[in-house]
Amino acid sequence: MRDQTAIAGIGTTEFAKQIDRSERRLALEAIQAALLDAGIEPSEVDGLSCYSMESTEEIDIARNLGLGDLTWFSKVAYGGGAGCGVVGQAALAVASGQCSVAIAWRSRKRGGRGSRPWAGVSQRVQGDQQRWTRPYGMLRPVDEIAMLTTRYQHEFGATRDHLANVALAARRHANANPEALMFDRPMTREDYMAARWVSEPLCLFDNCLETDGACAVVITSAERARDLRQPAALIHSWAQSLPQQHQTMTNFFCQDPLRGPSWACAEKLWSLAEVKPDEVDVAQLYDAFSPLVLLSLEGYGFCERGEAGPFTEDGGIELGGRLPVNTSGGGMSEAYLHGFNLIIEAVRQVRGTSTNQVPEAEFSLVTSGDGVPTGALLLRSDR
Amino acid sequence: MIEGLLLPGMDEDSEPFFGFTAAHELRVQCCSNCDSARMPPRPMCPNCQSLESVWELLSGSGTIWSYCVPHGPLLPAYSALAPFNLIIVEIPEHPAIRFCGNLVASPNGAINEIDHAGIRIGEPVQVVFPEPVDGVVLPRWQRQGATN
Repeated sequence: MRDQTAIAGIGTTEFAKQIDRSERRLALEAIQAALLDAGIEPSEVDGLSCYSMESTEEIDIARNLGLGDLTWFSKVAYGGGAGCGVVGQAALAVASGQCSVAIAWRSRKRGGRGSRPWAGVSQRVQGDQQRWTRPYGMLRPVDEIAMLTTRYQHEFGATRDHLANVALAARRHANANPEALMFDRPMTREDYMAARWVSEPLCLFDNCLETDGACAVVITSAERARDLRQPAALIHSWAQSLPQQHQTMTNFFCQDPLRGPSWACAEKLWSLAEVKPDEVDVAQLYDAFSPLVLLSLEGYGFCERGEAGPFTEDGGIELGGRLPVNTSGGGMSEAYLHGFNLIIEAVRQVRGTSTNQVPEAEFSLVTSGDGVPTGALLLRSDR
Repeated sequence: MIEGLLLPGMDEDSEPFFGFTAAHELRVQCCSNCDSARMPPRPMCPNCQSLESVWELLSGSGTIWSYCVPHGPLLPAYSALAPFNLIIVEIPEHPAIRFCGNLVASPNGAINEIDHAGIRIGEPVQVVFPEPVDGVVLPRWQRQGATN
C-alpha cells in the first residue's frame, strides 16, 4: 500500500491547560476542521478510527457530524502507543476498500474520566501491569521511565545535559509556533537544571505538558487526495509493533529492557519503505518524557545504540540540525494529546506549512510511544 | 481517594507467589516441561506452551539493575514518604527475571530511610520479608552484609 493512501485533511481545536467545552464537542470541532481543510463533506465519511482510550464514541461522532453509512470502524489500544496505528489502520481500510474516507481523532481533557491518574486505582491493584510494581510506589508512567533512564545513563553515559537538549529543542520550536502552549515561554538550560524533581533522574521539564484539546485527520486514497484542497501527505509506509514477550508499560521482564517496541516497529517500517533513516528530513518522536526521544532515535536507526545523547548535541535535533525533531514543540512544549498533535505536525512538514519548516521536506516520520506497544508513520510529500 | 499504601490484588496466577512470600520464600514460576522461568506468573509457558508449572526456590540474592526516586505529588500515603527509592533487582538464577522493590535498612524499615544518593547500580542485595499488611507480605531488599 506504499503511497496509495494519504492524509488529506488536518484539524485541531486550540490547545490549553483547561477548556470548558466537553471532549465530545472538542472532537467534533477538530473533525469538522479536518473535513473543511480537506474539502470533503461529512456525508462522504464511511470510516472511523480512534484510540481505545478515547472517551468520545463512534455513534456520537457520526450522529453529530451527519456522517454517511460507516462500513469500517476500529480502535487501537495502549494509550500513547496507539496514534500512528490509528491512522495506519484507517489507511489500510481505505487501501483494502473497506471504506473510502476515514477519520482518525483524539480528544482529551485532563479532567476527563480517562485521564485522571488515580481514577482507576483501588487499594488492591489488579493486572500484571500494576500488581508487581504499583505497591512499591512505582505509581506513574514517569517512575517507570525514570527507572529506564537511570539504567540508560549507566550503560551509555548519557547525561542530564542530553535530556535537557531534548526539552530545549522542543521549547525552541514551540517558541516559533503560536499554537503551542509554551509559545511565549522561553526556557534556558539553567531553567531546566533548576526545575523540581518529579522522579529522579527526571525533572519537571523532562515531562510532557497536560493539555485539553483535540486533533483529527482525514484519510483517503492518494488518487482522491490529489483532487482535494490541500497537498496530499502520502502514507509511504507505516507499522505497528507489540514485540514478543512484551509487558507494558515498561518491560523489565526481558533480556534488554532498553530495547523497546520501537525496534520491532522500525524494522517493519523500513522494510516497507523505499528509503532508509538517513533520507528522512524531519521526525516527530513521541515525547511523553524526554528519554523516549533518545530511545526512539536509536530504535528507528538514526544513530547507533547508546549514541542518541551525543546525537542531540550542538543543536542536532533542532531546526537546521542533523534531524529536526518535534518541530511544533511536541508533547513537551506544544500540547500533549497522546501524540496526535505530532501526526498533525508531520503532515504540515510535507505540506510545507510548519512554523518551523524544514526546507523541501519530502520524508516526514512520526512515531507513537516507545515503552508501550507502538506504531509509526512515514509520510511523503506528493511532488 | 486511596488512603493507605497499595497492595497487590490476587488472582489464581499471582496468589502462589504471595503465598510463598508469606512463608518467607522468594520463588519464581517455572515450566514443568522445559524448565523456563517466567514472570509475571501466568498460565502458559511461552517457550513450549505447557500449562503445568512449578515454583523454583530462589537464593534471594540479587543485584540492583536500576533505581529511581519518585517525588510527590503521589497518592497520599506515598507522598508522605516521598522522596523514596524504587529499585529493580536482577537475580543470578534467571537473567531476564527482575523484581521491582524498595531498598530498606531492615525488613520492616520504611522505603525512604536509605539515603538514595548512595544507591548504585550493581549493588548486591538480599530479599527481606516484612510483617504482613492485610495478609500480604511484599518482599523488599536489603544491602548484602547489612545487619538487621
